[in-house]
Amino acid sequence: MPEVPPETSVWQRIARDIVRPSRSQLVVALILLLSGLAVTMQLAGNRDQRYTTLRQDELVAMLDDVTAESRRLESEVAELERTRQRLQSGADASAVARNEALRRLDALELLGGTAPATGPGIRVTITDRQGKLTPDILLNTIEELRDAGAEVMEIDDRIRLVTTSWVTSADGVLTVDGTRLGGTITIEAIGAPGTLAEATRFRGGLVSTIEGERVGGTARVVEVDDLRIDSVVTPQEPRFARPA
Amino acid sequence: MYAIIGLAIGIALGIFLQPSLPPQLQPYLPIAIVAALDAVFGGFRAYLDAVFDDKVFVVSFISNVLIAALIVWVGDLIGVGAQLSTAVVVVLGIRIFTNVAHIRRKLFHA
Repeated sequence: MPEVPPETSVWQRIARDIVRPSRSQLVVALILLLSGLAVTMQLAGNRDQRYTTLRQDELVAMLDDVTAESRRLESEVAELERTRQRLQSGADASAVARNEALRRLDALELLGGTAPATGPGIRVTITDRQGKLTPDILLNTIEELRDAGAEVMEIDDRIRLVTTSWVTSADGVLTVDGTRLGGTITIEAIGAPGTLAEATRFRGGLVSTIEGERVGGTARVVEVDDLRIDSVVTPQEPRFARPA
Repeated sequence: MYAIIGLAIGIALGIFLQPSLPPQLQPYLPIAIVAALDAVFGGFRAYLDAVFDDKVFVVSFISNVLIAALIVWVGDLIGVGAQLSTAVVVVLGIRIFTNVAHIRRKLFHA
């Protein structure tokens, strides 16, 4: 090549070769074809398969990583399952305790007279026209019924008899828990009906006392299968006693 | 002209035919591509220097590719494949930069 101004020379040569390619360019074309093919193959392979071009030690390292990770996750799963079991058994225990507390609450509510009650029992109707029924006779009656296993008792459908109930006579009128009673008194008691009825009928008991000469009234005892006691008392906050 | 057409046909073939290499050879393809790039830029530089010879070009291309792949293959056999492929890429990269710098100087005098 003669030394001509280099820029024109180079660009002119390129332009000439583009317009009129020589035979030797066929070889270059073939090589470039192979190169382009290789590049596109590599790009396509990279897209499809991430791991095929990796070497063995790289794959082993990745496998190690994945194995360690899965082992870690497995131990985490086991840990979480243990926690779950612990929480479940804890929940079971607290549910048992709660049911137990609810059962005791039911029993105490009946005992304390703060909840309505239902069950079999007897209804005693006392008619005292001459007003000779005294508080100690009524108290005796209540005690007899308690002895016979009465669990819930009520007088005249409005006075619930509880541990704090009291019976007295104010101005010659029988009074229970501050409520004056009329000439006819109805006592309802929940318990074993047969036992309760028997407890009122023995000699010297309720019926014979009422119908005797001292009182001269009548007493009628009815066994009821499904007695319902709706009156309740409001528990008073104890002033002196404290749970010990 | 033929060169540009050949490049275009090669890319088109690669895209449309989706040829696949045997899996054993696939790790060596990236190295072979770098070697091929080196040969192509070297050839272009020779062309601009007006010392281009197609026989030299073909032989240098093939030997470049083969030797690069061979070095990496041997490296894989003796357990230093990753390091050797890095070495090949570095060396060929330097050569490509040198060639491109020369081409740039020839074309733009800059």
